[in-house]
Amino acid sequence: MKKLFKLFLDMLYISSFTFGGGFVIVSIMKKKFVDEEKLITEEEMIDFTAIAQSSPGAIAVNAAILVGRRCAGWPGMAVAVVGTVIPPIVIISVISFFYKVFASNTYVALTLKGMGAGVAAVVLDVACSLLFAEVKGRNVIHIILTVCAFAATYFFGINVIIIIFAAALVGILTNVLKKKGGA
Amino acid sequence: MLYLQLFLAFLKVGLFSIGGGYAAIPIIASGVVEGYGWITEAEFADLMTVAEMTPGPIAVNSATFVGMRLLGVPGALVATAGCILPSCIIVSVLFWAYYKYKGLSFLNSVLSALRACVVGLIAAAGLKLLVTALYVGSGSEKTLDPVQLFIFLTAFIALYSKKVNPIPVMLLSGFLGLFIHILIP
Repeated sequence: MKKLFKLFLDMLYISSFTFGGGFVIVSIMKKKFVDEEKLITEEEMIDFTAIAQSSPGAIAVNAAILVGRRCAGWPGMAVAVVGTVIPPIVIISVISFFYKVFASNTYVALTLKGMGAGVAAVVLDVACSLLFAEVKGRNVIHIILTVCAFAATYFFGINVIIIIFAAALVGILTNVLKKKGGA
Repeated sequence: MLYLQLFLAFLKVGLFSIGGGYAAIPIIASGVVEGYGWITEAEFADLMTVAEMTPGPIAVNSATFVGMRLLGVPGALVATAGCILPSCIIVSVLFWAYYKYKGLSFLNSVLSALRACVVGLIAAAGLKLLVTALYVGSGSEKTLDPVQLFIFLTAFIALYSKKVNPIPVMLLSGFLGLFIHILIP
């Protein structure tokens, strides 16, 4: 019971203050559930990111389903999802009455601008730790894949889903080749 | 009846938006704005601005906004439920499949390739966020904002070497931005 309540509060807290797209909330979940609370492994969290990203629906909700289910089964999934959607429901419900004032307020804009720099720092910090771990692994195919995925989205603007499917294909190919080599 | 329509309209958003917010926007636009006319084009544009400025997924923000407009708080809840129901079913199945078949050498190769790919995607997302945060202005007149650079470096050092929690770092970055702009107009 205590575990569920903690999970609910963690999700509520993360969801309340996470601005920006899916990769931001996934980075924060990694810091919270992998680095801080050690409830899930880094490998699982990266797999969850791939699953959340390539499934239909909001990435934050998808990630909450996976993390919640992993930490505390079906009840965990339920509280994690509820915790994730309460903040946006409450905030948008309240703001829907005066959103014009909110959207044109200079102080709000300045705060959000500064926050943008902080959000970039959070995602890049997570990216750096993952990159270091990968370089340590010394798997050449993986390093090439990382560089290609980065370039495909950053320089060529290719859809993330297509990139994920292409990487899955590479995985299938390496498996087939490994089996042939072993046989 | 409107409840059911609202539920189904956002069920469609939840079911067909693969890849997060930017995939959801055109589906919301074609269903909720052009199809049903529940909100106007101008309201939709405002909604997108507000969704960018507030926490939470764009689909959930939109569901709440439209539901609230049509039927108040119960409408917001029904629309949000529709929006997240497909995720709950599909991702649960994938979760089950992941732990059941993770041990297979075939799936193992696929997952390790995906992990390498995700690392690249996160790095790209971070770099994009950084460029957006640091370069201000519009069109070709974008310039590097030294205040933003200062905030970024402070935040990054706090996270990287001092292991400070990310949420306080993000909030303080916001307030730092506000204070510096007030102090140095």
